[in-house]
Amino acid sequence: MAATLSPPRLLPSGDSAITVEFSRNIDDVANQRVLALDRTLARETIAGVTEAVPTYRSLLVHYDPVQIDFDTLGEKLLILTQLPAPPAATTRRWRIPVVYGGEHGIDLEDVAKALNTTPDDIVARHVAGNYRVAMIGFTPGWSYLSGLPDSLRMPRRPNPRLLTPAGTISIGGVQAGVQCLAAPSGWHLLGRTAVKTYQLHRDPIFLLEPGDAVTFTAVDAKTFAEQDRAAERGEIVAELIPT
Amino acid sequence: MSKLVISTIGPASSVQDGGRHGAQRYGLTPSGAMDRLALAAANSLVGSPVLAAAIEIGPFGAAFTAREGAVRVALAGAPRNADISGRAVTSDTSVTLADGETLTLGFARGGSFSYLAIEGGIAGEPMFGSLAVNARAGLGSPYSRTLQAGDELQTAAASGATEHRIDLPPLSDGLIRVMMGPQDDEFGDAKELFLDSEWKISATSDRMGYRLEGPEIKHLHGHNIVTDGTVNGSIQVPGNGQPIVLMADRGTTGGYPKIATVVTADLGRFAQIPAGRGFHFKAVGMTEAQAEARKFWEMLRTLPDRVRAIENFDLNIEALQDANVAGAAVSAVDAGTWQVPSSADAQAHD
Repeated sequence: MAATLSPPRLLPSGDSAITVEFSRNIDDVANQRVLALDRTLARETIAGVTEAVPTYRSLLVHYDPVQIDFDTLGEKLLILTQLPAPPAATTRRWRIPVVYGGEHGIDLEDVAKALNTTPDDIVARHVAGNYRVAMIGFTPGWSYLSGLPDSLRMPRRPNPRLLTPAGTISIGGVQAGVQCLAAPSGWHLLGRTAVKTYQLHRDPIFLLEPGDAVTFTAVDAKTFAEQDRAAERGEIVAELIPT
Repeated sequence: MSKLVISTIGPASSVQDGGRHGAQRYGLTPSGAMDRLALAAANSLVGSPVLAAAIEIGPFGAAFTAREGAVRVALAGAPRNADISGRAVTSDTSVTLADGETLTLGFARGGSFSYLAIEGGIAGEPMFGSLAVNARAGLGSPYSRTLQAGDELQTAAASGATEHRIDLPPLSDGLIRVMMGPQDDEFGDAKELFLDSEWKISATSDRMGYRLEGPEIKHLHGHNIVTDGTVNGSIQVPGNGQPIVLMADRGTTGGYPKIATVVTADLGRFAQIPAGRGFHFKAVGMTEAQAEARKFWEMLRTLPDRVRAIENFDLNIEALQDANVAGAAVSAVDAGTWQVPSSADAQAHD
């Protein structure tokens, strides 16, 4: 299999980071290669590498140019891409409760109209999806998921909202998201979850890891309110499903 | 323990240090000082580690009062008027506030951020190894938000050390150097336009990003790329063609093409450019950028070596120069001709 894969592009992101780019698109195979290199890099530590940020299609490797230069690090990273990656540390599957529509998901009706169907059908499609955390980024705990059903694909909003609520569950293009903090967003808001993917005084602080599997389940507003209070107390409201 | 009470303070002022690193993979941005060299200069003056926490003061004025004891502080960064009860305080020097005394700072002139370091540091609970405020993530200590009047920072009582000054190397006032990429191939002739044009920083800028005002930078294939990682200094170009330079509180990932990246050595100088003042970018290659980055970190690391005790004869030099009365036998600008150097004071910060 490896023989058919082209080597990644090494793009300088300034003088202290390298983007190791496996694809220019959202691509599951590329994301698997990103996460594999991330795991290999965690095992084969390279002096001077300070941290790595996996995304859909690339691994951003931050480094200290006092300790290692671009060419040396680039060569080492290319060698690492040839090594067999350690298996994923987790094969966890999370079930995340979502209250859909109404004040909690203000775009549900519009999404249904745009896709010529009913809000209930949109919810059914969303909970039927099998998702995987492709990356976490932008703001703490914002988890970008791959695996959105084709029948839910639609362009992002032309005008991004300056603020969307904590716990927003949204879709945009081919992507699905679990958002933790209130943040600007150009995606369509389907609902909210009480699950906090980032909570400072909880162990673990960050709930999801890149590579984790995710499904959604619909709950009513009353359940959401109860779960929200439990989550405030530090409970992990998401369910771990045995695999 | 003494404390420093914030009597008045403008927006965009917060406790910052070298930032928190290691959790960008979870979306947690490093934050930290916008001008690390100025932070390091202030810290060096009070004998703290160069990237220890200090008060980052935005463009507006501020006033700080020592309570429950004396507090020794040092100011560096953007020039501004400063005084203690009418007694002028110069930038790049340390000064001790007696219990009850107030240090009053004016607006930043020709810069945006100043740093007030406190001897003994700022007491707080580090999160991911840092006290730096990241208001969006609710992180930072002792306050997880920007500073407000009435806030109190606990610190050590002043040591009574003599006051010091730091002689900083002159900063280039010139071009802001960038490396092109990582997505410069998303732009055609717009790359030349980007490098040839005068830019101004918009007044709507903040610690997350500096919006640039100038010509529209057009993409070749539209403005949506697939989200990837960002760094401090990433210059992303959204759909309206007005670039945004990502700064200390940036999102860790972003979905707009990044035409270029400000080099490490120029990032603090760029952060200090006041809104509305014109400047140009200049493209440099990897070899130059990394050589400059290594020089930058070496300079930052060795800033404490540039700290000197303030002695009266320093003032005499200025007085002599002003009066133009330096005699033939004594050179006013060469202390060696009339003063035995004292090594004891120079080593106070070793």
